[in-house]
Amino acid sequence: MTRSARIFSNGQAVAAASGYDGAPPRVGFFTDTSVCIGCKACEVACKEWNRIPEDGLTFTAMSYDNTQGLGADSWRHVAFVEQVREGAPGDLAGAGRVRWLMSSDVCKHCTEAACLDVCPTGAILRTEFGTVVVQEDVCNGCGYCVPACPFGVIDQRKEDGRAWKCTLCYDRLGAGHEPACAGACPTESIQFGPLDELRERADRRLAALHGAGMVDARLYGRDPDDGVGGGGAFFLLLDDPEVYGLPPDPVVTTRDLPQMWLHAGIAAVALAVTVAGVFVGGHHAP
Amino acid sequence: MRHEGKLARVGPEGVVPRRRAQGGDDQTCTSYYGLPVINQPVWSARDVAGYLFLGGLAGASALVGAGAHVTERPRLARSAKLGAAGAAALSMLALVHDLGRPARALHMLRVVKPTSPMNVGSWLLAAFGPATAVAAASDVTGVSPVLGDAATVCAAVLGPAVAAYTAALISNTAVPSWHEGRREMPFVFVASGASAAAGVGLVLAPAGELAPVRRLAAVAGPTEIVLTKLMARKMGLAGEPYRTGRAGATLRIAEVCTLLGAGGALFARTRRAVALGSGLALLAGSALERFAIFYAGLHSAQDPRYSVLPQRERLSRPPDGTSR
Ligand code: SF4
Ligand code: SF4
Repeated sequence: MTRSARIFSNGQAVAAASGYDGAPPRVGFFTDTSVCIGCKACEVACKEWNRIPEDGLTFTAMSYDNTQGLGADSWRHVAFVEQVREGAPGDLAGAGRVRWLMSSDVCKHCTEAACLDVCPTGAILRTEFGTVVVQEDVCNGCGYCVPACPFGVIDQRKEDGRAWKCTLCYDRLGAGHEPACAGACPTESIQFGPLDELRERADRRLAALHGAGMVDARLYGRDPDDGVGGGGAFFLLLDDPEVYGLPPDPVVTTRDLPQMWLHAGIAAVALAVTVAGVFVGGHHAP
Repeated sequence: MRHEGKLARVGPEGVVPRRRAQGGDDQTCTSYYGLPVINQPVWSARDVAGYLFLGGLAGASALVGAGAHVTERPRLARSAKLGAAGAAALSMLALVHDLGRPARALHMLRVVKPTSPMNVGSWLLAAFGPATAVAAASDVTGVSPVLGDAATVCAAVLGPAVAAYTAALISNTAVPSWHEGRREMPFVFVASGASAAAGVGLVLAPAGELAPVRRLAAVAGPTEIVLTKLMARKMGLAGEPYRTGRAGATLRIAEVCTLLGAGGALFARTRRAVALGSGLALLAGSALERFAIFYAGLHSAQDPRYSVLPQRERLSRPPDGTSR
C-alpha cells in the first residue's frame, strides 16, 4: 500500500496498517435490532463499567428514550421509535397497528475514522484490536473530533474538557472479556466477536429475515466499501437509517482532504501573487 | 449542555415518532424526533470565528509587511508587521482559550499529522507566531536588522499558508455548510484575510504609503463577497444557512462593510479620515464574514435535513463513482 493510501485509508487490516505486528483479529459489534427489546441493560452496563457520570435525568416525551443520543456521557443509546402503520391489522385505538423499533446505537469504530484522522494531538488511536480509542491523558479538548464524526458519536465532557466515547471496553478486551454491553444484552441483540465472523453471521441473519418476509431488514455499516470503509460496529435495521437518527450515507471527511489541501495551496499562492502584484504594480507610481 | 439543546429541538411534537421536517424545495426529511444527526461543534464563536479572522489578518499582513519592506515603505511595513504580530499572538491566545484543557496546549505538537489541519496549523503557527514577533520587534527597536529581515521573509513565506489552512480546518468536518464549501472556502478565506490586512494598513499607515493596500482593498473586498456568494450557491441545500437566519443577516452586514471599505479605499489617497474609516470597515467586514460562516455551519449542524437529504440524494443517484 502506498503511503498516502495508508494515511487516508487504512483498509480492513486496520491494526496491521497502524503498525501492530501479529495483531489479534479485528473485533467489533453486530447489533441486531430485530431482537432488541429496549431494556437498556447495555446503557446501564456501559455506564457502570466505564464509570460514566450521570448526565441529566430529563423527561423528553420521545417514547421511552430520555437518553436522546450518543455523547460524552452516553456510549450506548437505545433508540425507541413508535410507528403507526396505516392498513396494518389492529383494533382498540390502534394499539395493534403500532410497530416498535428499538436499536442500541454505539460508536462505529470506523475503518476510516474521521475522529482519529483529525485529532491533532494523536490522542485518538487505533488499538491492536482494530478499535478506535481516545487516550484521556493526551486529549487536550480541542473539540475537533466532535463535528468530524459523521455519526454524532464522540463529544466533549463539559465538566472535564476532554472528548469521550465508547472504547469497545478496551480494558476488558485486554483481559480477554467481552464488552460490558454485549455481556449484559439478554437477547443477543448485541453480539461481540471477530469482525469477519460477525459479518458472516449478519449475512445469514439478513437472509433468514428476508426469507421470513421482513423485506425492510437491511444491514447498516457492514459494507467495507461504504463511506467509512465499513464499521467495526454495524447493525441490522428494520427501516431507513435516518429513522433511527443515523446518517443514510456517511462519508469520512478526510476522503476529501487531499482536495482541500490542494485548494488551500492554490489559494495561498494566489494570495502571495496578489499581494506581490499590488506592490509591483505601484512601484513606479506610488 | 447537550441535553438542553436537544430537548429544545424536540418540543411538544416529541411524541410523534417520525417527524417529517419540511425542507427547501418541498423536500421532506425523516429524522429521529428532529434531533441532529451529528454532534454540535463545541467551539465558541468568539474564540474560533475570531481565530479565523485573526489568522487571516495575520497571514496576509505578514505578506504586506514584507512587500512594504522590500519596496521601501517603512511606515506601512511597520504597521503591517505590528498587525501581523499582534493578530498572531491574539489568535494563539484564542485557540488556547478554546481548549477544554488549556494546560495541554503543547500536546498539539506531540505529532506531525497531515490528516489533521489543526495539527498542521499548530506547527505553522509555532513558526509563524515567533517570526512575526521578531520581525515587528526588530522593526520597532532597530535591533538586529539582519534577524529582522530573516524573520520578515520567514513570516511572509508562512503567512499565506496560515491564511489558507483554516479553510481546510473547518471544511474537514461533517458539518454540511462547511464541508460542502471545501473547494471555494480557501479562496474566500485568503480574500477575507487580504481585505483585513488592507484594513490594517489603511488604519495604521500614513497617507503617502497607502497605494498598495488601497489596491489590495479594491481587489480583495469584492473578491471576498463574490466568492462567498458563489460558494453558497454551489453548495446546494447546505448553502441555505448562508442566506437565512443569523448567518444570513451577519453575512449581509459583512458585505455592506466590505463594500464601503473597498469603495472608500479608492478615495483614501489624501484624506486620513477616509482611510481610517475604510480600514475599519474592511476589518469589520472580514470579521463578520468569518462569524457568518461559523454561524452557517452551526445552523447546518443543528438540523438533520442538511445531513440527511443530500446523502439520500447521493444514494438515489446511479453509482458512477463521480462526485461534484
Ligand atoms: S463513529 Fe465517529 S467516533 Fe466512532 S470511530 Fe467513527 S468517526 Fe470515530
Ligand atoms: S478533543 Fe481530544 S480526542 Fe478530540 S480531536 Fe481534540 S485532542 Fe483529539
